[in-house]
Amino acid sequence: MRDLLSIRGAIALGLLIIITLGLVFATADIPFGDPKSNVGTYYLENGRRETGAANLVTSVVASYRALDTLGEVAVLFIAATGLSAILAAGTKRIDRKLEEASLVLATGCRLFFPLILLFGVYLFLHGHLTPGGGFQGGAVIGSAFLLIYLGCRRRKVSNTKTDTIESMSGLSFVLIGLIGLMIGGSFFLSNFLPKGEFYSLFSAGILPLLYIAIGLKVGSEFAGIIDNMMEET
Amino acid sequence: MIILATVIVVFMLGAAIGIFFFKDLMNAVVASSLVSLMTTVLFFLLQAPDVAMAEAAIGVALVTGIFVIAIRRTERYEK
Amino acid sequence: MNFLSSYIYYIGAFGLIFIGLFIILVKHNLIKIIIGLNLLDTGVNLFLISVGYLHQGTAPIFGKGSQVTPASMVDPVPQALVLTAIVIGASILALALSLGIRLYDHYGTLDLTEVRGQKW
Repeated sequence: MRDLLSIRGAIALGLLIIITLGLVFATADIPFGDPKSNVGTYYLENGRRETGAANLVTSVVASYRALDTLGEVAVLFIAATGLSAILAAGTKRIDRKLEEASLVLATGCRLFFPLILLFGVYLFLHGHLTPGGGFQGGAVIGSAFLLIYLGCRRRKVSNTKTDTIESMSGLSFVLIGLIGLMIGGSFFLSNFLPKGEFYSLFSAGILPLLYIAIGLKVGSEFAGIIDNMMEET
Repeated sequence: MIILATVIVVFMLGAAIGIFFFKDLMNAVVASSLVSLMTTVLFFLLQAPDVAMAEAAIGVALVTGIFVIAIRRTERYEK
Repeated sequence: MNFLSSYIYYIGAFGLIFIGLFIILVKHNLIKIIIGLNLLDTGVNLFLISVGYLHQGTAPIFGKGSQVTPASMVDPVPQALVLTAIVIGASILALALSLGIRLYDHYGTLDLTEVRGQKW
């Protein structure tokens, strides 16, 4: 409460009220719930015919706007590498007493770990048919590794394996795009694999392959981040 | 449907105001994960199931876990 | 009731942006400032998705036996953008927390007024 009544709090409150009023007046011309854009309408009407995916958000993320996904993969890689570089130069204090986990907790964590991994793999394999995809599946895989670090401390995930999987999947993402450039003509848009029939697992060209690469990359990235932050405890 | 959206928005803004006033940082992190959970329900009401799944997996589980690990390596109470 | 039904999502998004910015500007503890950054990110994502909504629209996914026409689906482009933005926001948060840990190792405190040497 002391923060609100100081000079800094009063100045911040005044500035923020001006900013919020500006935002409200700027969005008074955007009515809620009316059709607004033509690009979205084009993707909705032609997405099924051109890519063959049932999930139209997947066809936008991995086929029409795949360059933005490439940028996101690069940002994730830079953030994870920067984090491990910053934390490697610090001090490691091991002056805390650790308490051993009980038998029920350790056994339960080890039992749940492969089930959560299986669910994450299911999510990114069926990304073009149901809601889901590479990012969601990768986040579920990352939280499975978080469970291992919190529950049973004896099992440690090896550092070289996560680094190898992360680099290999990032490289294969770029390579699939380059192969499309050499064969078809445009960078990510040329589906050089056959489209297949609708609703089956092996349909929609290169979309499942791209999502497998993204899912493995995001999952191993989050596992590497958690491993770096819990290094000394 | 409007009543449900109003109740969830009021709950979310109440949790966000609670983040400002808590002195124990663990309470603030729990309130932040509550805001993410309410945002997941609002994403589902706006007919976006992909985004709701991503926010549930990342905003509720992974961000809270990373915050707890960081608080454990520094101080717990805000002076 | 009509006003509320049209703008309840905008009110929620603007409220989150307001509270997030206020926490960043006023508080002294570094971890609380980073929590405010997370709030700001969540508010902007909520605003982006609520712009692309259509009245009586459905999710942009085709089903096996359903008769959904593409004319009644909501906009898929903001959803694709927000999907990327959520993952990037989480990784930036991890990087900011690692900087905070190194700051604590070097200075011994997380209070920003003592680190910067300010008076107010």
